[in-house]
Amino acid sequence: MRGWFLPMAVALGFIFLYAPIISLVVFSFNDSRLVTVWGGFSTRWYGELLRDRQILGSAWISLQVAFWSANLAVIVGTLGAFVLTRFGGFTGRLLLTGMITAPLVMPEVITGLSLLLLFVSMELTLGWPAGRGLTTIIIAHTTFCAAFVAVIAQSRLRQMDESLEEAARDLGAGPVRVFFDITLPVIAPALVAGWLLAFTLSLDDLVIASFVSGPGASTLPMVIFSKVRLGVSPDVNALATIIIGFVLVAVIIAGWMMRRAARKSA
Amino acid sequence: MDGPAIAADTRPWRDAAARPFISVHGVTKTFGDFTAVSDVDLDIYKGELFCLLGESGCGKSTLLRMLAGFEQPTAGSITIDGEDMARVPPDRRPTNMMFQSYALFPHMSVEKNVAYGLLREGLKKSEAYARAGDMLRMVKLEKLARRKPDQLSGGQRQRVALARSLVKRPKLLLLDEPLGALDKKLREETQFELIKIQETLGVTFIVVTHDQDEAMTLATRIGVMKDGMIEQIGEPREIYETPRSRFVADFIGTVNLFEGTVEAAAPDMMRIASPELGDVLMPPQEGLTRGQQVWGAVRPERFTLSRKRPEGAQNAWEGVVEEMGYIGHMSQYRVRLASGALIRASQSNRMREEAPISWDERVWLSVPPAAFRVLTQ
Amino acid sequence: MTWRRALVIAIPMLWLGIFFLAPFFVLGRISLAEAIIARPPYTPLFGRAPDGSLEIFASLENFRFLLEDALYRNAYLSSIRVALISTIFALLIGYPIAYYIARAPEPKRSILLLMVILPFWTSFLLRVYAWMGFLRTNGVINNTLMSLGIIDAPLRLMHTDLAVYIGIVYTYLPFMILPLYANLTKLDAALLEAASDLGASPVVTFLTVTLPLSLPGIVAGSMLVFIPAIGEYVIPALLGGPDTLMIGRVLWDEFFSSRDWPVASAVAIVMLFLVVAPIMWLQSVQNRREEH
Repeated sequence: MRGWFLPMAVALGFIFLYAPIISLVVFSFNDSRLVTVWGGFSTRWYGELLRDRQILGSAWISLQVAFWSANLAVIVGTLGAFVLTRFGGFTGRLLLTGMITAPLVMPEVITGLSLLLLFVSMELTLGWPAGRGLTTIIIAHTTFCAAFVAVIAQSRLRQMDESLEEAARDLGAGPVRVFFDITLPVIAPALVAGWLLAFTLSLDDLVIASFVSGPGASTLPMVIFSKVRLGVSPDVNALATIIIGFVLVAVIIAGWMMRRAARKSA
Repeated sequence: MDGPAIAADTRPWRDAAARPFISVHGVTKTFGDFTAVSDVDLDIYKGELFCLLGESGCGKSTLLRMLAGFEQPTAGSITIDGEDMARVPPDRRPTNMMFQSYALFPHMSVEKNVAYGLLREGLKKSEAYARAGDMLRMVKLEKLARRKPDQLSGGQRQRVALARSLVKRPKLLLLDEPLGALDKKLREETQFELIKIQETLGVTFIVVTHDQDEAMTLATRIGVMKDGMIEQIGEPREIYETPRSRFVADFIGTVNLFEGTVEAAAPDMMRIASPELGDVLMPPQEGLTRGQQVWGAVRPERFTLSRKRPEGAQNAWEGVVEEMGYIGHMSQYRVRLASGALIRASQSNRMREEAPISWDERVWLSVPPAAFRVLTQ
Repeated sequence: MTWRRALVIAIPMLWLGIFFLAPFFVLGRISLAEAIIARPPYTPLFGRAPDGSLEIFASLENFRFLLEDALYRNAYLSSIRVALISTIFALLIGYPIAYYIARAPEPKRSILLLMVILPFWTSFLLRVYAWMGFLRTNGVINNTLMSLGIIDAPLRLMHTDLAVYIGIVYTYLPFMILPLYANLTKLDAALLEAASDLGASPVVTFLTVTLPLSLPGIVAGSMLVFIPAIGEYVIPALLGGPDTLMIGRVLWDEFFSSRDWPVASAVAIVMLFLVVAPIMWLQSVQNRREEH
């Protein structure tokens, strides 16, 4: 793995990763409706995007769903991880372990279909949830995102020196106090990472949302999917460029903040 | 074994009428089918600095954690100052612990770490921080009160951990390998500092350590543990001079052990027949019968090396110096006897000799009978 | 003390019990029903017989249907094939990148790693969409090749199995690279030096030291690509042709186009047993091995 072969393979790999994204951005400024034929520079598709009420509405729905799903997933996932790493043996431990890791390997189509069927039967027998929409999408996303949060929280809790919690007990804090005074602050960075991951996964999900959403609650991926299914369209390029821009800015800010924090503690 | 006469004897364990401060009675702890601590009885008195000494996995840390309340004994009872500790959670015990990893809260400043326990007691913020400040002055860290733990050196962290565990004035302080993470030089300095603090505050200390030198320096008494059981409890001098078993003799310091059988036991002297040493004279011991198997233990520094056979020596052997190590204040020798036995002997280098005994020389080893400790287990 | 403990256990337990475990029972129950035109579009489990007694409607008809129709069998097999081929390609592309990053000096290493992760944070759907623009008849690839005079007529790239492979490899490449990278950074450089010191050529060192030691990373990365690939819907739907059969797509069409909920449920149940169960079993075996 020396000489020219390795750098070449790596360069090709990165071209493979980035060429489609770069062309997506470039053609978002294309005046022509034919997405891949250059017709001069223009920002008209951005204007069209901003006038598209359907896309803007679904983006708002997606953000709401992602926000609440990420919050709930952090609560469920952290509690699950805490129970599994700190409570020792209890009845149902194996079940909980299975239920918290299985969503990671469950195909989205199965999760989506089975949850929809659950919501339908619950509506028939309990009368809740009445119809499907924002609530059912949030529940579905919380469930599969909680698994990802749990993985991150569990690995952090395992790494964490348990004598920190014992020391707080030893100094006179009760178990609840220890959780909020010590455990939570120490694993907070992992929970922030988990929250961001859950938020991204929820924003990104098409399949599960398609099953469990109802009329009037289309998420952004659902709207994009129905658009691109019919072929490429330049306003989707514009949307993609905006999203990529957001991510880049967020990464740069996060990187800058991390470097500042590192310099501070050094 | 009588120490110098002190006006008031500070050794309550020698007084049969003294009431122990901490009483561990018949304590056993099992994890699954592994027995970590097995039927331990231990009495510790007020103001003691007691060391639990043993190799890793001998159960000393588990015993400490049971005293702190992090583990519940499978059987037996623990009493601290007359109060039964069963069902008392760690946050309600009159004990504090200094952890091996120090367990300093990484998100709190030094000051906050030290004040944490006081705030949990319900103390007012101003008072808690004032007392934390006093404590930090005592460990000479008042200038670093605002720092976070990861901005401190190892030695400073160790002192913060000590301050935090002492600030509540616990009846009992538990220290898990308190000096284990420090380098050798710092460890030696800190040992004496620790003794000074303990004497100033009058808190009872229980220290867990695997380092015999540390235990010998620190302890009023040492409990040597092996396989979850306490092999011997005693003052450092007792443990070293009169070990009760081959394990203790071998664990503390260096020792030469010889197997043999009792040949003749007179009231003033005992003769042991050893395949390695021939007939050896040892101090008499009650309860031994002719033909019984025993072990003679003798410390290297009790031997005398000479080029000529020492006159009047009761136990003397001739051998060849196989190894020699010069360590400055003393020299260590390994001498091979004709029987094949290898004897470890050391001589203090008190005088600058013209021609010190060296490799391959034929030498005579002698040792007085009283230097032997006769062991039956 | 104990009630608080019970409460803390109950929250994740109940949430996952209701919204993850219970749905599978509903799924199983509906897979035994029959599709009808009603709301909900399946027969009830319990009913009244003409004489008034309680009746249970449950049949394995849907499963028999799946067995007899070659479409479903082919879909299962082709899902596994597509996932397998994509995983191999992802490994071949991802390994050199992971190796290179793991051996890179520090500032470069972090930047490269960030560049691998970055696409993951942008929309998955839009990244697949990007390939549509690339692979179309008058897309970027065909236009470039034609303007360079390499080809005369556009190649058919879209709506092929190849496009599906490209889409899957592209989407899941970071999942292959990251565990490989994590494994390869742990590899002690002294081992490689020792091997070359003992006379092994770079190629031999790679084959006898690096590769065997990175096996756990290879397994982890391959699982992370293979598992989501097998149930994939979006990529075959957007990039694949009408003959690209994948089980996720079949299930989706059965549900959304044919509106046959019971058959869709039966497809899901079979998928659960044929695909998910072996993977979970494999993972638990691997986890147990790691613990020891």
